[in-house]
Amino acid sequence: MTSLPETTQRKMGLVIDLDTCVGCHACVVSCKGWNTENYGAPLSDQDPYGADPSGTFLNRIHSYEVQPDQGAAQLIHFPKSCLHCEDAPCVTVCPTGASYKRVEDGIVLVNETDCIGCGLCAWACPYGAREMDAAEGVMKKCTLCVDRIYNENLPEVDRVPACVRTCPSGARHFGDLGDPDSDVSKLVAERGGMDLMPEQGTKPVNKYLPPRPKDQMDRPAATAPKPDGQIDVLAPFLKPVAEEPKGFIGWLDKALEKL
Amino acid sequence: MHPAPSVIIFTTLSGLGFGLLFWLGLGMPAVTGWVAFAFFAIAYALAVGGLLASTFHLGHPERAIKAFTQWRTSWLSREAWAAVAALVIMGLYALGLVFFDARWSVLGWIGAGLSLVTVYSTAMIYGQLKTVPRWQSPLTPALLLAISVSGGALLAGQVTAALILLPIAAVVQVIWWVRGDTALQTSGTDMGSATGLGGIGRVRAFEAPHTGNNYLLKEFVHVVGRKHALKLRGIALVLGYAAPVVLLLLPFGHLLALLAVAAHLAGIAASRWLFFAEAEHVVGLYYGKR
Repeated sequence: MTSLPETTQRKMGLVIDLDTCVGCHACVVSCKGWNTENYGAPLSDQDPYGADPSGTFLNRIHSYEVQPDQGAAQLIHFPKSCLHCEDAPCVTVCPTGASYKRVEDGIVLVNETDCIGCGLCAWACPYGAREMDAAEGVMKKCTLCVDRIYNENLPEVDRVPACVRTCPSGARHFGDLGDPDSDVSKLVAERGGMDLMPEQGTKPVNKYLPPRPKDQMDRPAATAPKPDGQIDVLAPFLKPVAEEPKGFIGWLDKALEKL
Repeated sequence: MHPAPSVIIFTTLSGLGFGLLFWLGLGMPAVTGWVAFAFFAIAYALAVGGLLASTFHLGHPERAIKAFTQWRTSWLSREAWAAVAALVIMGLYALGLVFFDARWSVLGWIGAGLSLVTVYSTAMIYGQLKTVPRWQSPLTPALLLAISVSGGALLAGQVTAALILLPIAAVVQVIWWVRGDTALQTSGTDMGSATGLGGIGRVRAFEAPHTGNNYLLKEFVHVVGRKHALKLRGIALVLGYAAPVVLLLLPFGHLLALLAVAAHLAGIAASRWLFFAEAEHVVGLYYGKR
């Protein structure tokens, strides 16, 4: 039934740190790999080696430039996948009951054998989290790796979504956002985790941690123009550690000078 | 939004078909026998033809029967029920008129009501979507109902009703366009709220997640043809609303009536193309495409 549950026992979801994401797209690749080989229809590609390649992905990384009123612009890498919303508009519009939100953990899933591929759920999602698979004709979306997180055949360390497990910069965190004492909830509280498009009223479970100010970029030494007018932001980091040699090297330096 | 031909054909034809059924249900015109058969055949061809066209864009049309299950939450499911109920009731009503020369008025009134409910449900599939601010308004069902009932009057030969309703529909159409043009800006959703980065500064899409095309861009970020939007609005107004009124005011003739219906259909098709092509889905903000 595509009615949403009143409450869910847990609110499993992701916390994505926009401060640490380096935009390497490793999570995109591991997501595509795991979800092509496991639960549901594979994530197909169309014309993958041709002139106009496209394909189904459940996780995509945008990059934005943010220009404050004062100071240097920031480049922010922005991973985006299903936010497993509490008021998921994609679920209630589904005419067949294929889309549903689980009571036990709040994960939003698609029962692919019931999906008629009408696409209305993707229309209702403001985040672009759902993509119709062109080969299979059914809607694909992030499952929060439901076939990993409870999978007792995997070592315990691997029982997290593939994107979280693979992230080399630790920018993705997985846990129960309904439990105020969980690590992810503490992280959200400490760093001021935010919702995307709160005005859409979807109440996303996934939270985003805002990037910290890049104060180093605006230090006077960094922004002082060089003679050619260029600004070298790396200059302060490349300055010599010591101008004058000391200790044994200092003695050696002087001794060699005298020769 | 991508203006898929199947959805344009579906909403245009079935809207007109159910509009005609509405008038037939009211007994206007009060036809029986073979004349009634001809009227109902046209209405069913339009309504059912439109509904069939809508299945062409499904990934799995063979499972379409499952769409009847979720009427409690889904307008698409409600539309399926309303359409079948309207067609069955009006079928029984037509049976009496065509073969028994009997007018079962109550059936006709119920069928007329269900025809309007069907058009309303279709409109609410679009009107409910917060993700498309241009559509999310009570004006959307008002527009689709006005077009359906006025087009139905035209097809049913209700000249007086058509002469009143077509200008009303044209006014609703213009109000809908004017409101829609600022709907995204006034919705409060922009790149700042989409990324949550608006508090830091001005957000610009620096690099897309993928170099090629994808489902989201094809389905939701249609921008081709918007430059002709104003011309097409003119064409829709002239063909869809003004031309039928002028043709109805001329001395009556079947050829003129046919011309009026053809002009109306062409105009409404143009209006419906714009309905989709001009609609901005908020997901485009993530791509900086607005």
